[in-house]
Amino acid sequence: MTSDPGNQPGEPEQGPVDTNVRSSTATSGPPVRDRFRGSGSAIINAITQGSPAVVTILAIFSALVLGALVIAFSDSTVLHAWSSFFAAPGAAISATWDSIAAAYSALFEGAIFNPNTISAAFHGGSVGAIFYPLSQAAAQATPLIMTGLAVALAFRAGLFNIGAAGQWIGGAIVVTYLGFAVHLPLVIHAVVCLIGGFAGGAVIGWLVGALKARTGAHEVIVTIMLNYIMYQVLNLVLGTPTALQLPGQANLTSPNIEPSAQLPHVGGPPPQVGVGFLVALAAAFGTWWLLERSTVGFEFRTVGANPSAARTAGMSVPQTWVLAMLLAGGLAGLSGAVAIQGTFYSLNFQSYGNYGFAGITVALLGRARPVGVVLAALLFGALQAGGTVMQAVTSVPVDITNVLEGLIVLFVAAPPLIRAVYRLRRTEGASLGGAAKGWNG
Amino acid sequence: MERVTALATEIRAPAATNRRLLAAGALIAFGLVDILIFGLFSHPGDAAFALSLSGASITVPTIRVASWVVYIFGVLSILIGIARATVMTSPGLRRLAIAVVLFFFVISLLIWSDTGSWTHGIPVNIVTLLQATLAGSIPLILGALAGCMGERAGVINIAIEGQLLMGAFVAAILASTVGLWVGLIGSSLAGGLVGLVLAAFAINFFVDQIILGVVLNLLISGITGFLYDRLMVTNAQTYNTGNTFSAVKIPGLGDIPIIGPIFFDSTIILYITYAAIILVQVGLFSTRWGLRVRAVGEHPTAADTVGINVLAIRYRNLVLGGLLAGIGGAYLTIGSVGTFGKDISSGLGYIALAAMIFGRWTPLGATAAALLFGFTTALGNFLGTITVPISPALLGMAPYVATIVAVAGLVGRVRAPAADGKPYVRA
Repeated sequence: MTSDPGNQPGEPEQGPVDTNVRSSTATSGPPVRDRFRGSGSAIINAITQGSPAVVTILAIFSALVLGALVIAFSDSTVLHAWSSFFAAPGAAISATWDSIAAAYSALFEGAIFNPNTISAAFHGGSVGAIFYPLSQAAAQATPLIMTGLAVALAFRAGLFNIGAAGQWIGGAIVVTYLGFAVHLPLVIHAVVCLIGGFAGGAVIGWLVGALKARTGAHEVIVTIMLNYIMYQVLNLVLGTPTALQLPGQANLTSPNIEPSAQLPHVGGPPPQVGVGFLVALAAAFGTWWLLERSTVGFEFRTVGANPSAARTAGMSVPQTWVLAMLLAGGLAGLSGAVAIQGTFYSLNFQSYGNYGFAGITVALLGRARPVGVVLAALLFGALQAGGTVMQAVTSVPVDITNVLEGLIVLFVAAPPLIRAVYRLRRTEGASLGGAAKGWNG
Repeated sequence: MERVTALATEIRAPAATNRRLLAAGALIAFGLVDILIFGLFSHPGDAAFALSLSGASITVPTIRVASWVVYIFGVLSILIGIARATVMTSPGLRRLAIAVVLFFFVISLLIWSDTGSWTHGIPVNIVTLLQATLAGSIPLILGALAGCMGERAGVINIAIEGQLLMGAFVAAILASTVGLWVGLIGSSLAGGLVGLVLAAFAINFFVDQIILGVVLNLLISGITGFLYDRLMVTNAQTYNTGNTFSAVKIPGLGDIPIIGPIFFDSTIILYITYAAIILVQVGLFSTRWGLRVRAVGEHPTAADTVGINVLAIRYRNLVLGGLLAGIGGAYLTIGSVGTFGKDISSGLGYIALAAMIFGRWTPLGATAAALLFGFTTALGNFLGTITVPISPALLGMAPYVATIVAVAGLVGRVRAPAADGKPYVRA
């Protein structure tokens, strides 16, 4: 290993995903932060040294600042005010501020809560309305949690799964078929669909793992290609009346799944949480248990941290890859199942790509930990929910949320940049960069 | 290190026999499709192939082919498949076998589709088909060249998609507000800027390059989508006028029958592409600069030891590659349809990546792969217009399936530069 400059132990920013393993073996690195020194100084240390949580918060803050600039300087009122900056500097700055404040307050009201609903509640309005934005955020986060888990689980086993989009389609196709073509009693139908979705995604994931295990084909290349293959498969089945296409339709859309296969909502209306959200949380718990408490998970993490050591310890590296990709694909397929059963009820082209690729950002922001993935998905879900409101209120396009998400992950992926900008001291490297590796392994 | 290598070889080498039989089986399968589908389900009559455009100064007579020719192609393909399994040993011959069988397959497909009732006796115009192929390949070729430039120097560039999209957006907006040439130059610079960001994060901040590429693609998709909604939708007359370059026919060369209209009667962007292919191929393999780049991509420590500035070479290559990919993006707007649309690159950057891998990290190989992928797209579009009952989706998957087959080592072996994707830190 020593001839490989990219993977030297103690090389701070290139540690594998599992920092527990790496930081305990890194002898040349700075000392691990002392947990028993008193909470006050620990917090200060965490801030000045830029612990992962602090880096994440600063990354979010930086992204919001840059996003604000993008919003302001694409606003024709603001640009007009700045063109006469020397005549009226105050007007330019206040126009900029107004533009940003209007957009972000609408974003906040749509994502977290709207102060008006509280005062309305005091005056006889609905108390539930206060939680409406949060329920929207949870709804938006639901599929992201599972595609995020799909990326994170594979990541922990040292695999980079860019294929959640394709696996999502694999699951969604199976679910849709089971949903409208098979007739089953109430609860059983929904459960069968969920299992079918998991299986549909798992097959696609298994293919990636099996190809890597048997031939060494790089999983990144295979998953990228499978995304587009599955996109064409979706095109094919949605365009074939004997497969999934709604009869008598020229559009590429499937029939609605039967009510018995649909996932109900709990509570409401209007603030309601879909059963799909509970499925997502259960999936996150299951993934956590698998990774942290089971033998299989231990093998995943060992293979992810050091395949050679895993092999020496008697683990089958190829088998681990296959199983990890199978489960990852299954999680992405489950995301497709929940999206179809809980939100869309029919399959078409609207959602291809979004969830799968957003899952990558969710997994990265969540540092490939199930809890982190749930939190990251909730953040992005809130951004999406808020962005929709923002577009309606201020006509700032909802796409700004994609910009924010991209910037957040970009900054989180580069802690040295955040440390340099905010003048933080160096600390133990908890980078999410993963084992930086090339096509050759 | 030894153990890692041992592990890798053990996993990577599928039994040679298996591969031989699989490859032979695939060739025979193509032959069987020729016979069983294109032969048995064909319609009586001849297929006609037109070889010149209407209004060309020199016309080439239309070729007519009887439909039973596909049986010959099928039998030949099967014979080649059997030969592949038994006597063929040289890699060059094996590749030729694949090319020949694919060629037979495509011709059979065209014969079958033209003898049917779908074209109503109108000949298949080969010139139009190949023109569309070449034009559609431009972003793929330039993107794949950008990929080669980066990966030969040891940096994986998944952000080709983002570079194309950024180039397309900047080209459209500058061509609408300032002028076409400014749009072209601006698109190139925009691609270069993406390359610079990629380089900065990959080289200085050691961000995993695959992650970085994916995130940059999402970010650029977000920014261009946002600005599209914010500026172009509300103000299309100002920001998205749909200005395009017109075709420039090269005097003399452009009048040659068949070849002229395909290769020498297109927009400036195609001619830039020719130049780029030659420059990158010659530059990488026949100049001192290219030797240095490849040294950096294969063994940066050794390159550093002899005094090559590894990081500078990587920076420069990513930016230069970005300049090319940006022009590829410009083709999507000011080179063809004119107006920008959300996510107009629609995965072409990922096909370009596939083409680069399929072409074994060489500019000429990548170009050939890009042309092959461009041809499947053009063929799919063509079959779509004559409503042949083959789903365009099946042809649409072909490039991706081919790439998986290539990286799985079923057809030859592809190998990336040794240091590809690994950040360089001086020991």
